[in-house]
Amino acid sequence: MHDVNASRAANAFAPLTASAVLVNAVGLHARPSVKLTQCAKSFVAKIEFALAPDGPWTDAKSPVKVMRVKAPQGATLHFRVAGPDGKAALAAVLALVHDGFGEA
Amino acid sequence: MAEIHLIGRAASPGLAIGPVTMLTAVVTRRTASDDPAQEAAALRAAIEGARAELAEQIKTIQGEVADILEFQVAMLEDDALAVAAYEVISVGITADHAWRLALDVEIAGYRAAEDEYFRARAADIVDIRDRVLAHLSGVDTVARITGGSIVAADDITPSAFLAADWSHGGAIALAAGSPSSHVAMLARARGAPMVVGLGPLSWNGQPPALALVDGDAGSVIFDPEPETRRLFEQRMVAANTALAAAEAASLAPAYTADGRRIAVLLNIAAPEDLAGLDPAICDGIGLVRTEFLFEASHGLPDEDTQYAVYRRILEWVQGRPVTIRTLDAGGDKPIPGLTVDGESNPFLGLRGIRLSLARPEVFRVQLRALARAAVHGVLKVMLPMIAVPSELDRAGVMLDEEVAALRAKGIACARPPLGIMIEVPAAALCAEDFGAAFYSIGSNDLTQYTMAAARDIGAVADLNDAGNPAVLALIARTVEAAGKRGVEVSLCGDAAADTRLTTALLATGLRTLSVAPLTVARLKTAIAKVGS
Repeated sequence: MHDVNASRAANAFAPLTASAVLVNAVGLHARPSVKLTQCAKSFVAKIEFALAPDGPWTDAKSPVKVMRVKAPQGATLHFRVAGPDGKAALAAVLALVHDGFGEA
Repeated sequence: MAEIHLIGRAASPGLAIGPVTMLTAVVTRRTASDDPAQEAAALRAAIEGARAELAEQIKTIQGEVADILEFQVAMLEDDALAVAAYEVISVGITADHAWRLALDVEIAGYRAAEDEYFRARAADIVDIRDRVLAHLSGVDTVARITGGSIVAADDITPSAFLAADWSHGGAIALAAGSPSSHVAMLARARGAPMVVGLGPLSWNGQPPALALVDGDAGSVIFDPEPETRRLFEQRMVAANTALAAAEAASLAPAYTADGRRIAVLLNIAAPEDLAGLDPAICDGIGLVRTEFLFEASHGLPDEDTQYAVYRRILEWVQGRPVTIRTLDAGGDKPIPGLTVDGESNPFLGLRGIRLSLARPEVFRVQLRALARAAVHGVLKVMLPMIAVPSELDRAGVMLDEEVAALRAKGIACARPPLGIMIEVPAAALCAEDFGAAFYSIGSNDLTQYTMAAARDIGAVADLNDAGNPAVLALIARTVEAAGKRGVEVSLCGDAAADTRLTTALLATGLRTLSVAPLTVARLKTAIAKVGS
């Protein structure tokens, strides 16, 4: 299950954060990375993730960078999203991770 | 010359014997310019050429192979891959050298990964590197492999594998490599034996001429002695005989030990799932998932694309019935641009038929394509996630309207019978109240909605049991409703392939089970033991 602690400040574009656990068998591998970046690219918002709550942050729209993280199964992905469609973007990437990228 | 025994790890099962083809690194030459701007442009063009070439290949394929190539396309489309190369080009390094340097750093990063799966991605990056280098030098560097040969190499790229014909034998013996590599996945799918991790392949003088590959034990014998070869060939004959017997059994209709005829249908997700199969292994196709069409097209596929795919499946099955499920998006199958993002509980939200009724402009295209395909065989159409009779009725009205519109235009079509998937407990309890042409029990969702437990949540996964008496009671109730109404009923969830449940499922009165092609032989064996 994902643990949504979405916090929204007065400023509409302030970063939203939330985290989700990678449940699919081999972690954030080739196909999930492509799905995550395709999903992220469908939003205007800047979408980043990290393996720790305080970074280092990785651009979720770059498959090359997402794959470099080599996130294993069971890792917690912390997302940081900022932009006009940030709320929808955050919900979409969390749903993708939560559902095991359709592979779980 | 003495035979050489090497032990590695099994990556794809089976036995093979054949001449050895050594794959060695291809050296390419190109004339570089000394203008950094020209070199950067050359690299940009080569990357774009490689990307376009892959995108073109993807159009002709679907499924696992397409996923592998789509990953490479996504990497090539990402500017981050070449940033380091452009940086060194700007200080005077040639494009090919710069690209090799940048990608070798990337490859080294994967090779150093702790996780075997990520280590196995190195072969994909090598593939990307070499494809772009080929475009830079204007020569074809993808090694050509002769059909039926044993490929010996350090590692092999998906492109090299895909360029070869594996239909007449052949196998792969790698010094490095991984059972988690994309090539290993492809080898298993194509039935090519593969052994990895053999260690350095070095010969004194002549490279070996012949090799025996044991993809079950994970060993390879180069230049076998005549006696070794004879014993190996005996094993191959025995293995082939056993395989042929199992295949022959799977081609025969299924009967229980006490003589009940059980229809075994196939579940497929794309026409490619039928490649290499004999239609005789099944009594028809019980479930065609159509979500793949919507994923592959990266949008909403048009009517002609859908029609062509449905028609292909109907023609393959040679007159046997085919049940195609209308789009079952939502829940665990989001489709960008169609499903609703951010639902608090997608499994209880706008999914299946609910989404189709909410997006009639998408649904009607699918209904038209199905009505047109219906003239090419015995087609039945199944609606997913039905909870109340009005959903079926509304879909029926839309189908009638589309059929009438097609006829008015003089387009060949037929109205396929409309059935419903039984996966919501409400529909199972009141199945008799639906004017459905047939029922197909979707045991995965029926189980999760009945037990209120998802199978991907480890802490409650044991509750997600299709063999629970409550789930079996709902299945039995549906079978009873079908009997009263005189319509067909089948079961197409994972429970159908779970041979521990075969006896319990058939005890409910079910006579039709639909499973993935790979599990047909196992299911038929299990059915033959029921009632003995």
